[in-house]
Amino acid sequence: MASRPELQAPPEIFYNESEARKYTTSSRIIEIQAKLAERAFELLALPDDGLPRLILDIGCGSGLSGETLSEKGHVWIGLDISEAMLDVALERETEGDLLLSDIGQGLGFRPGTIDGAISISALQWLCNADKSCNDPRLRLKAFFNSLYRSLARGARAALQIYPQNTAQLEMITTAAMRCGFSGGLVVDYPHSTRAKKYFLCLVCGPASVNSALPRAKVGMEGDDSGSDLDSGDEEQQTVTVAERHRPVKKRKLESKIKGRAWVLKKKEQRRNHGFSNVPRDTKYTGRKRKAHF
Amino acid sequence: MRLLTHNMLSCNIKGVTNGFPLAIEATTVETKEVDMNPDFLRHIFPKLEWKAFRDASHSLGVDDLPEQVDPDMLLDEEFLRRFHHALLEVHLEEGVLICPETGRRFPVSKGIPNMLLNEDEV
Repeated sequence: MASRPELQAPPEIFYNESEARKYTTSSRIIEIQAKLAERAFELLALPDDGLPRLILDIGCGSGLSGETLSEKGHVWIGLDISEAMLDVALERETEGDLLLSDIGQGLGFRPGTIDGAISISALQWLCNADKSCNDPRLRLKAFFNSLYRSLARGARAALQIYPQNTAQLEMITTAAMRCGFSGGLVVDYPHSTRAKKYFLCLVCGPASVNSALPRAKVGMEGDDSGSDLDSGDEEQQTVTVAERHRPVKKRKLESKIKGRAWVLKKKEQRRNHGFSNVPRDTKYTGRKRKAHF
Repeated sequence: MRLLTHNMLSCNIKGVTNGFPLAIEATTVETKEVDMNPDFLRHIFPKLEWKAFRDASHSLGVDDLPEQVDPDMLLDEEFLRRFHHALLEVHLEEGVLICPETGRRFPVSKGIPNMLLNEDEV
């Protein structure tokens, strides 16, 4: 398995021209990004009044996720630290405005101006200390503080992350909660290692009835009936779990029960090895005990 | 960069209390036509700092915005058209954004402002 990009180089260097090129040529990357953006937008749960809103795309890269926002008719502003990726976004003629900025230094927006924020696979980069002056905790704090400030009251942020481990996940979540956000983590496809996706769903302001967390997806990825959020979800979950465990149990039972032949063979082996305390073979050897024993 | 973004953007240097609005020094300005969406204009209007918006539009060479505005004017088709043009159609392609407090210059190239800060400004 290829090592994580976060471990290779800082984002502004890792996403160079050749890496950025992949985001226009690889249909696989494009499809994944579009799917994630679609889901993040769903989690944003904007009021269903058809009004276009001003959305932030944090770590917009080549603007693939922004395209989803444009399709829904919203106006967006994208931020990224990699110039090469932004160049690709220019080439693709994305509709949103682009800013070259480091989110670990905080977002420079006026208070209460933004109606929502999405981010696809960007936040885990904040956990790296690439330079001696970088402290992940301070950078996360600066980011979430400024995000909280920029968002309008009650606005949401849906941030998809690829945490390296649980500690990192906890660090990101705690940093968000400390800045006053309510909300929490939504884990899609929790039973699958590869399809599992973490979405940090934050609501600006204290928890309320309206800020209930959206439900996670549990069915199989790519299965349309499974990705339906409503009916049948729970059943599907139990089925997956049962299927996973049943064969394992069976195998264990088989290997535990050993017959008379096996016992006789083992005793013979011991005798051949020169052990003198091996009991003799009788009609009782290897026989099953009665139930009332 | 459109003026919509400019109107939301403020200087982010540590210790700066009044980093808005950023002054504009424009070298190249472009106009790209976009479909008008009155709903969005009405939605975003209360969030705009009108004075900063008008000053910024001046520095990009758009002079037909009124000095005083009130929400009633949003019903006027002619005003909406001008508002839309200045907010979403005029792009700053090359130039500099200048922090009003520190005078720090943020270069804009190919329409993308470089808002990266140095180590000592964080």
